[in-house]
Formats: sequence, structure tokens, C-alpha cells
Amino acid sequence: MVSTPTSQPITFAPRACNSLGFAKTEAETRVVVAMSGGVDSSVTAALLHQQGYEVIGITLQLYDHGIAAQAGGTCCAGVDIHDARTVAARLGIPHYVLDYESRFHEQVMQDFADSYLRGETPIPCVRCNQTVKFSDLLTTARELGADCLATGHYVQRFDTATGPVLHRGVDASKDQSYFLFATTADQLDYLRFPLGGLSKEETRDLAHRHGLSVADKLDSQDICFVPNGRYADVVRRLRPGAVEAGDIVHLDGTVLGRHNGIIDYTIGQRRGLGIGGRKDADEADGPLYVVGIDPKTHKVIVGPQNALACVHVHLGDTSWMARDWAPMPGCAVLARLRNTAPAMPAIIESLDNEGAVIRLQEPQFGIAAGQAAAIYDANDSQHLLGGGWITAAPLAALAG
Amino acid sequence: MPVAEPIYLDNNATAPLRAEAVAAIHQAMGPPANPSSVHGFGRRARLLVENARQSLGLLIGCRAQDVVFTSGGTEANNLALSSFSHVITSAIEHDSVLRAAPQASLLPVTNDGLVDLAALKQMVVALPADQRDKTIVSVMAANNETGVIQPLAGIIEVARNAGLATHSDMVQLLGKTHLDMPTLGLDFASFSAHKIGGPTGVGALAVRPGMRLTSLLRGGGQEQGRRSGTENVLGITGFGAAANAALSDVAHFCDMAGWRDAFEAEIGALRPDVALFGAAAPRLGNTSCLAFGGKSSETLVMALDIAGVAVSAGSACSSGKLTASHVLTAMGAGEKAAQAIRISGGWQTRKEDFERLAQVLAGL
Repeated sequence: MVSTPTSQPITFAPRACNSLGFAKTEAETRVVVAMSGGVDSSVTAALLHQQGYEVIGITLQLYDHGIAAQAGGTCCAGVDIHDARTVAARLGIPHYVLDYESRFHEQVMQDFADSYLRGETPIPCVRCNQTVKFSDLLTTARELGADCLATGHYVQRFDTATGPVLHRGVDASKDQSYFLFATTADQLDYLRFPLGGLSKEETRDLAHRHGLSVADKLDSQDICFVPNGRYADVVRRLRPGAVEAGDIVHLDGTVLGRHNGIIDYTIGQRRGLGIGGRKDADEADGPLYVVGIDPKTHKVIVGPQNALACVHVHLGDTSWMARDWAPMPGCAVLARLRNTAPAMPAIIESLDNEGAVIRLQEPQFGIAAGQAAAIYDANDSQHLLGGGWITAAPLAALAG
Repeated sequence: MPVAEPIYLDNNATAPLRAEAVAAIHQAMGPPANPSSVHGFGRRARLLVENARQSLGLLIGCRAQDVVFTSGGTEANNLALSSFSHVITSAIEHDSVLRAAPQASLLPVTNDGLVDLAALKQMVVALPADQRDKTIVSVMAANNETGVIQPLAGIIEVARNAGLATHSDMVQLLGKTHLDMPTLGLDFASFSAHKIGGPTGVGALAVRPGMRLTSLLRGGGQEQGRRSGTENVLGITGFGAAANAALSDVAHFCDMAGWRDAFEAEIGALRPDVALFGAAAPRLGNTSCLAFGGKSSETLVMALDIAGVAVSAGSACSSGKLTASHVLTAMGAGEKAAQAIRISGGWQTRKEDFERLAQVLAGL
């Protein structure tokens, strides 16, 4: 009989903590891995399994993928559940698919539609992390007696004397800290991110080395329940009759045209406005941008690029995961207002129970309500402190 | 890490292959085996199929020639219902009945999980006379989730008195009691091999002598023109061997009722909030359906699996996602429907398996 590598148990010298920070052996540490079927979470499961942890894979069925079946490169379509099952079977770990359709519909998709109808530009992935993944799935993981919940996010978690802290991923181009701004300190205690120190190439190499069928799978680009990026179709399906036509109005009050619904527009949008130019004015000011959306009057307001400048950003539903730091008026921070934008110096100007106002050192252009502001340590741009949802970003040109 | 061997208590989903079936299949496999062929190889295959037909006929109490082999219970259900334009069935049937007859009139069930006979009587009285010969009443013999044994004799009597055809999905009852088709008076009954320790991919429809049946598949006219396609000789051989073994194993399931009842009593004493579904009605001895400790079905099934006990909840779709049970919802279980798990023993199940399940559940 041929002996397999697993037939000889390998024993390690005792040490204080394992790689996930528990003072027990890997085999005694039960980890739930949130497996989307993509390469990142598959490698997360493979790595932890290889290290000897008791790994349990869980995949969430978030919506009826029949509707969005044509979408292959998104995070949670039907084929992805199949891929997650295949990876788990190959690794030989238990794997379960949980039905989160109704929760996802209530907590993420409805909010997504309502946000657009309020004239905002939502980020459903943050809501999904905040509610479905780090609240409901985390509860299930605890019920299963798991010591922690691991995901394939590119962020780093470090234990410090005052508790765990969250840092940006080592691979700046893949860092996902922006999407995790709403993580609470309690959630962070329980979460682990084994890929935070890797680059995407290293992850793919590992996937190949573990023989994972998903090694060359495309990264997800779109919002998972919005195939082909046509988000407005989804809003119209979720809220039939709620979308009304209205005027496209210049900042100076001139009506320039009509539109079929504010949901088709985003602050900072330039192309596809569907309005003829006003020769004289436009040549002086350059092209027109969407600078405002009024959900009450269904007006889309356009103006020159410089009108998009914002200095003050109002945040709601703020959340701070740092245990040894609390926001104070006058406090200097770094604010990232889009996932792909650099974090910019800012001052916390005021605070109340629900939110905050921050003042940017340099004006920023095209800040949309509904997006997030992730707030980082002014002295350490890698260290995520928390953040809030952008509720308003008044145009500097119009402010007194 | 589970220390003991995992125990399997999900036999209403599928049972392990009986040793007798393994041996019979092993012995049969190899030579060419088309029962329709005229040469010696063909005759050998024909003998295998006809012996199996005989064995199944003995187990269900009908003549061998009244058995039509199919690809499984799902096909048998579809085949039986396909000749009728109107179907009266119950709200707790398997999907292979409910989806085969999407326009069916659905009979409600009581909180105990029994089909409501009074509702059937009303439905039959309201049926126009010219509809009667196109209508079939189809009610399962025992429910797959609760094990509740349906009042078939009463249902068949009401239907026959009104001149309606009758069918029963008897997949879960097979092997757990002795059956006698002529006494029951059914026109059609569906069976499946893999629930009694035969292989998957083979089932049968028993047809009352004289009942017409139109093949769903057009082809070579096998099974007396009632089911075209070369017979699944190895599957049918395994089915026959499993049926033979099951014939002398009915008492095992009567004993199991005692082990199941002791298990339910133990769990009930431990956790007074346990809800037992269908326990007030006559039930299969192997099945227990319960909600325990306010945990969701999926969490309980996962936790038990991790602890080395295989049970199920609701019905799993092909993605593996669990959906809340339509059976328990029809029984008025409300939110408890999303907390129920199903425990089902099989031919290999021992008393100790139920005892260990009680220990594991108590430890969750």
C-alpha cells in the first residue's frame, strides 16, 4: 500500500498562538470560511485547510440567479455556488449553501433601489458586508461553534494591546478596506483575513499550486445582482412605477431637456446626458456634468466641472472600529471617498450621535451621496478607523 | 473532529445499497444484456428483468406483469398522471407530483399532517359529471418529511365511488409494511429502488389490470408498450434483490418505531420546547420530524453534520440550498417550519444510532 502524505501526522512544537491568534492547535480551531466560489475565498479555505485548521465552507445564495444567469463574472451567480462546492469537495472540507435570498432582498437590494430613488449612488457591497455577511453569517458561524469567520478580503488584521486593528491590504491595487469601513470592533474580534498580506498574483499562484479549478477565474467587476452593469433596469424592476421623468436644468435655471428618471444619472456624470449644448455658454465653461439630483422635483441639475467641487462632506450612520481612538472635532484624519481614490487629508469639523461633518483640505470633485467615506489614521494611512455614509456633499460654489 | 464513524439518518432521501443488491448487480454485470435481443445473451438479460419483476410483485402484492419499470419514482409519478387532464392531489406531495400537475386541485391537510377527507368529498361532489373519466386522485401513502401515513383506504373509496381513477406515490411506504394492491384498490402506485436499498435510477409503476397507460417516451415499445427504452438491466436486478431482502425485513421497521419513540421521549424530557410534527397521526416507524431549541433548520443540519450525524431538513435543491418545507407550512407549522429537521432510519439503522443522535442533540 502506498503511503499518502497525510498518513504520517506531522506534529509541531508547542507555541503560544496559531496563525489565527488562538492559543490552541490548528486542528482544535474551527474556522468558517465564507466561500463565494471565486479565487480569493477558495484560496483562503485551501490555505487554512493546509495549515491544519478545521475548516467549514459556507456559501450564501443571495438571489435567484436564474434572473441574472447570464452574469458569469460576478460574485455570487449560480455557477459560483457550483464552483465553491467543487473546491470544497476537492479539499475534503464540509461545505454548506445557505439561503439568504430574503435577507439579501430586504437588507441590500431594497436599500439599493431606494437609495437610487433618493438621488444617491449606493454601494450595495458595503451593505452586504455590514448586514448579511458580518451580521447574519457571523451569527451562524458562532452557532456552529466556530472560533472565527475568515474571508478572502484583501485587508490585514493585527492584534494589538488594545485589541485588533484593520489595515489596508498589502496589494494596494486590490485593497478592500474601503468596503469594510462599517465593520464594528466586535465583528473585527471574530474576523480573519488570511489574504491581506498577499498580492493577487501570489493568490493565483497559490490557487494553481493547490490545483483549484477556479485559479484562472476572472475577478468580479459588477455588483453581483446587476448583470451587465445595467443597474437602472434592476431599480425599475424592484420599484415599478416609482421612476418618474423630469427636467434637466442648468445651475443658472435654464431648462436644457428632459430625462426618463433620476436613477439614470450619477453625480459627476458627463456622458450620455442627452441634452443639446448651449453654444455660447458651453464653450466658455467646457462640457456639462451632473452636479445635483433633486428627488423631490425629479430634476437633474447640470453645470460646469468646477461647480462639482466639494469641501464639506456630511456623514450619517458613522461607525468607528478602533478601540483606542475616538473622533473629536478638530481631529485630523485621512478620508477616502471612493474605493479607487487616494485618501485625502481632512478635519472632523463636527460630530453628533448619528454622524459627522468633515472638511477636506483640498476640494474634491464629483462626490455623490450614498457612497461611503472611509476614514484612516492621519499618522498611518494604512490604518482604517471607520467611516460613514455620505448623506450630503454641498457644492462649494453654491455655499455662502 | 468526529471520533466515531459518522451515522446516517437520512434514509428517506436515499438508503445505502443492500449487500444483496450489490451481490446481484455484481453477478449480473459484464455480458451484453439487452432483454429484447433474440439470442442467448438477450434471454439471460430477460430472465434477470423478469425475476426482478417477480420479486417486486411479491413485495407490493401484485402480479409481475402489472409492474412497469421506470427510471425512478419521479418518472413513475409523471407517467401515472400524464394521461389525465385533471388531477386532485394533496398539498404535501413530492415535487414530482406537484410539478407534474401544476394545475392540480390541492387538498389541504390537518395540523397532524393528514389529508383532509372531508375536503376531498366536497371537491368530488363539485366535479362536473363529464370531467370524471379525465380526473385522477393522487395522494401519497406516507409523507417523506413527517412519515405520516395517509388515510388511503378512505381516499380511494371516495374516489372510486365517484368513478375517479386513483394513484398513490408509495415510495416511502415500500418495504415498511406488507402491501396488497388488489385489496387497496388503487389504479396506479409509484415505487423507487433506492429508498429500500436498491440503486438510484430505477423505479416502478404498478398498474391495475385493465388500466390504460400511454408511454411518455416514444421508442421501441418495451415494458408492453408502456415505457420505451432498453431496460436498465443492472438497476432492475439490484431493485429485485433489494425487494427480496426487504420482504423479510419489515419487522425491522416495526422495531424501529420503538427506538424512534424512545428517542423522541428523551429529547422531549430534555427540552420541553421540542415540537414533534405529525406525532399524533399514524407514522412510519423510521421517521421523526422535529424542531429543537429555536435554531434554524440549516444551522441544526450543519451542526449535526459537523458532529458526524447526517440528517436533513426541508428538501435540498440542486444547488444544495435548503428551502422551508412546503409540507410543514401546509400543516400550519408557521415559523417552526424553518426550524424542522428530519431524522429517518433505514435497513442498516440500529437502536444505538438513535441513542447517539439523542446524545449529540443534547450536546448542541
